[in-house]
Amino acid sequence: MKGILGMPRWSPYAVGVGIGVLSWITFGLMGRALGTSTTFVNAAGAIEGLVAPAHVESNEYLARHIVSTAEKARPIVGWQFALVVMLAVGAFAAARLAGSTFREHIPSLWLWRFGGSRPLRYCGAILGGALLLFGARLADGCTSGHGISGGLQLAVSSWVFLGAMFGTGVAAAFLMYGREGRSHV
Amino acid sequence: MFSHIFASPSALVTGAVTGLVFGFLLQKGGVTRFSVILGQFLLTDFTVLKVMGTAIVVGALGIFGMRAIGLDVPLHVKDATLLGNVLGGAIFGVGMAILGYCPGTGVAAIGDGSRHAIPGVLGGLVGAAIYAEAYPWIKSEVLGIGDLGKVTLDSATGLSPWWLMALLGASAIAGFVLLERWERRTHGVRGAPAA
Repeated sequence: MKGILGMPRWSPYAVGVGIGVLSWITFGLMGRALGTSTTFVNAAGAIEGLVAPAHVESNEYLARHIVSTAEKARPIVGWQFALVVMLAVGAFAAARLAGSTFREHIPSLWLWRFGGSRPLRYCGAILGGALLLFGARLADGCTSGHGISGGLQLAVSSWVFLGAMFGTGVAAAFLMYGREGRSHV
Repeated sequence: MFSHIFASPSALVTGAVTGLVFGFLLQKGGVTRFSVILGQFLLTDFTVLKVMGTAIVVGALGIFGMRAIGLDVPLHVKDATLLGNVLGGAIFGVGMAILGYCPGTGVAAIGDGSRHAIPGVLGGLVGAAIYAEAYPWIKSEVLGIGDLGKVTLDSATGLSPWWLMALLGASAIAGFVLLERWERRTHGVRGAPAA
């Protein structure tokens, strides 16, 4: 008995409807917007705080996120932090229910272009992740907070973000992999 | 300094349930895969556009609908700091093309079996920490440029949000119908799952 939950892939439109309805629940019942990238600030600040608490307190941006004051509690692990941690669990459950044995150290497209070195791919992933979060914080949101939550509220900031992100994403992908890369994805 | 580590149990539980469902949906949609994200940027696989476009239209109709029937559903519009939005979005796009995930799908991808998403998420922590260090300079030099406050497309144009949603919905439906026809014609059934 595998049923719908055991299917390896759902229609992208069905998944989009699901995420849209999920946003009704978070906005309507929880008073919150779907988002993920602020959690990276909280986690990074908490790690820095273990070794250099004074530095965290004196950094305006980190303090605004995780340093509580007498007037305002700023918990490190809040609604969104719990959401982000459980993203991995939800995806794990979805993969397991479909009997997936997917493991990926180096994506095939990267392998074709940059070779089979794991350290090289991992360094690329670190660089990509760092740019991703620097950009998300500069723009004040990511594909969830701006892309979905902001997009559906018709926010100008979010539609500007979406345009810039898709534009450079396409440009960077073609610069890295070229037209030939399209047959290796 | 960290007098409050955890928020209230209700915030943690509702956040956790939301994350569980969101992560489940992302994996079923295929967007926890590097190949799907890069396929979107190389314009061979439009799964990302389909998922996001549908989520935006459905989400908008529901949230503006709930408000229209008088329910108290506050919006959470972010400030338009246009230079920051453009530069941030541009850097984000490059990072996403290199990593093959965005922040949310990167964390979900770890659960889906992607090993290289782990250094990707760690790199994300580094990026967030670097931004915090750069923040005073960015605040004074970047975030003030094109700062329009919490402006929306309806407030900026004076149009009803329903007109904009109708436009968005109609172009999404028309675009997806054409996209599906084009996909069927050019390369048969696309996006067959690699389980």
